[in-house]
Amino acid sequence: MALNKEQIAQRIALELKDGYYVNLGIGIPTLVANYIPHGVNVVLQSENGLLGMGPFPFAGEESADLINAGKQTVTTLPGSAIFDSAMSFGMIRAGKVDLTVLGAMEVADNGDIANWKIPGKMVKGMGGAMDLVAAAKNIIVAMQHTDKAGNSKLLPQCSLPITGLKCVKKVVSDLGVFDITDQGFVCIEYAPGVTIEEIKAKTAGKLTIAESVHEMKFSE
Amino acid sequence: MNKVFANAEEAIKDIQSGAVLMLGGFGLCGIPENCIAALVKKGVSNLTCISNNAGVDDFGIGLLLQKKQVKKMIASYVGENAEFERQLLHGEMEVQLIPQGTLATRCLITGYGIPFVPVLAGVGTEVAEGKEVVVRNGHQYLIEDAFDSDYALVKAWKGDTMGNLIVKDTARNFNPMMAMAGKITIAEVEELVQPGELDPNFVHVPGIYVHRIFQGTNYEKRIEQRTVRKPE
Repeated sequence: MALNKEQIAQRIALELKDGYYVNLGIGIPTLVANYIPHGVNVVLQSENGLLGMGPFPFAGEESADLINAGKQTVTTLPGSAIFDSAMSFGMIRAGKVDLTVLGAMEVADNGDIANWKIPGKMVKGMGGAMDLVAAAKNIIVAMQHTDKAGNSKLLPQCSLPITGLKCVKKVVSDLGVFDITDQGFVCIEYAPGVTIEEIKAKTAGKLTIAESVHEMKFSE
Repeated sequence: MNKVFANAEEAIKDIQSGAVLMLGGFGLCGIPENCIAALVKKGVSNLTCISNNAGVDDFGIGLLLQKKQVKKMIASYVGENAEFERQLLHGEMEVQLIPQGTLATRCLITGYGIPFVPVLAGVGTEVAEGKEVVVRNGHQYLIEDAFDSDYALVKAWKGDTMGNLIVKDTARNFNPMMAMAGKITIAEVEELVQPGELDPNFVHVPGIYVHRIFQGTNYEKRIEQRTVRKPE
């Protein structure tokens, strides 16, 4: 069975290390915050100017002045810090953020990513995505392996307008976990019940199966 | 020195059609609500608006879009506004999309008196088209320019009559840099106080950058995505 969105988030959460500063994008990446492993302390960065983002507020305690980059009402935590947008992207650009998790429409087997525009259909803008992918040391993409029509989103090259070049290090899809190396997509884990044959059939980009490939686990 | 104006109408009185405006805020958080309302009332048109977002259909910059007062929008993300998309697809308005960090940094360097800055974001993308590229240590960077705007309209929590500003929570966002970047900066505040009432150690924007200030009224402070958790 392919993973649902919650399970993709749960698997990505295992990539979090104690002490990490982490930026989680909108969509599946946001869900990662719900599965931070016990004993792992991370600080969540929201690019509109908040380090130490807390959970949603209780009803009645929400403030129009305190939101995350998805414009949702949030809270601060003890030890939070607030700053302006220039400093926020300053710390991103300077490589202070340890891990960025974001969604994508397409990823190429060299690490190129497209996630901001569909010409003639969707022109919402790139927001902070181009800045994040240009600067982050470690970028994990959370996405469905194929689009609604069944076409692979793991490609030899992106067909949509590029967000950033050679920047994605890892993809966690509903079918498995893929490192991006000189060998293209290297499948290191498959989702429970998903076969290597299915992964091969649904991956259009260059795919290598790691010798150590194994079924995905959701806790260490 | 008198920077204090009675209200938004007075503070924006000399903004003419065709002006280039910077507007603070992220989504609907920390937007200059009173100034936007006054611009709608004044009816100026052909505005160029530099702002991270374009509001929603019936609030924020969306109110200016409804009245077709915006000629060109310069923003990083405009996804919450159907009227915006309609005007864009019908060629009624021009849009320039800029990566958010580049937008923030271009505001920053403007206020710091730096004419241009090399940035990595956008290299190899549509954003790079027509831009000068410099190479340092094997890396390519795009040259991004400071902004040349006529007015910056910003929102702060508190301000004093000298123009010193304190912003609150994530309503800070683009407001300090835009305040610093404006040729004429107009600040609206929730609370206007006398000199000496703000602790100088905690001023976010020094008054030298602020030319006009007024206490705003009737803040709606609309929440775009009200998210709450269940009681424990």
